[in-house]
Amino acid sequence: MTASPTIRVQREDFDLQAEIDWLVAGRTDIGAVVTFSGLCRDEGGSLNALELEHYPGMAEAEMRRIAELAVERFALQGLTAIHRFGKIAPGENIVLVIAASPHRQAAFDGANFVMDFLKTAAPFWKKEHPKDGSSGGWVPAKDADDSARDRWIPR
Amino acid sequence: MKVKLVYFAWVRERIDKPEEEIDLPAHVVTARDLLNHLKTLGDGYEAALQYPEVIRVAVNQEHVDQDEPIAGAREIGIFPPMTGG
Repeated sequence: MTASPTIRVQREDFDLQAEIDWLVAGRTDIGAVVTFSGLCRDEGGSLNALELEHYPGMAEAEMRRIAELAVERFALQGLTAIHRFGKIAPGENIVLVIAASPHRQAAFDGANFVMDFLKTAAPFWKKEHPKDGSSGGWVPAKDADDSARDRWIPR
Repeated sequence: MKVKLVYFAWVRERIDKPEEEIDLPAHVVTARDLLNHLKTLGDGYEAALQYPEVIRVAVNQEHVDQDEPIAGAREIGIFPPMTGG
């Protein structure tokens, strides 16, 4: 049985264990759960916070589209994707993906696929707020992220 | 055609507003035409859209290529490449 993905875009923090518990509750058919969480780095101690901006409505819709592709492609039994917005301090959570499947490979691949597409297609942007009080800048998009996404696309 | 435009990240900062409603001239057919038209509206627009090839466009909250027509759009999002995750 494949499941409808859980998608949330929220300002508040999330609890990894609570999200895993919720995903597997009452299930005895799940054999593998892969969890990816992305945290805010301090960039060598120079960063005060990251500010995450998003396109309300489109961000949720795009994450759902990506999640549904992953569920279909890897026959996942469960998938949760949560992305925060607003100001996030070093050490805090930014993003969470949980993929559940009968066997480990599909769960690893599903989580990986969701992150690669989320980074390149979900409308979120990061602005750096440095500790030195300077105005900081918007984090530039990386070609490596496009390459990571493209490996999932058949040629 | 009247359409709501929404801007994000440094595009929003340079244009200096999060959204606006504008009347599009008849010659604006594709997303690329729209970006070229916006560039003529002032210095902020010019600064935001200086390199239109890097700009992403979403029509009614779905990504579109710049050569796609925007006819029937209620809301057009204009923003830099995404950097979430």
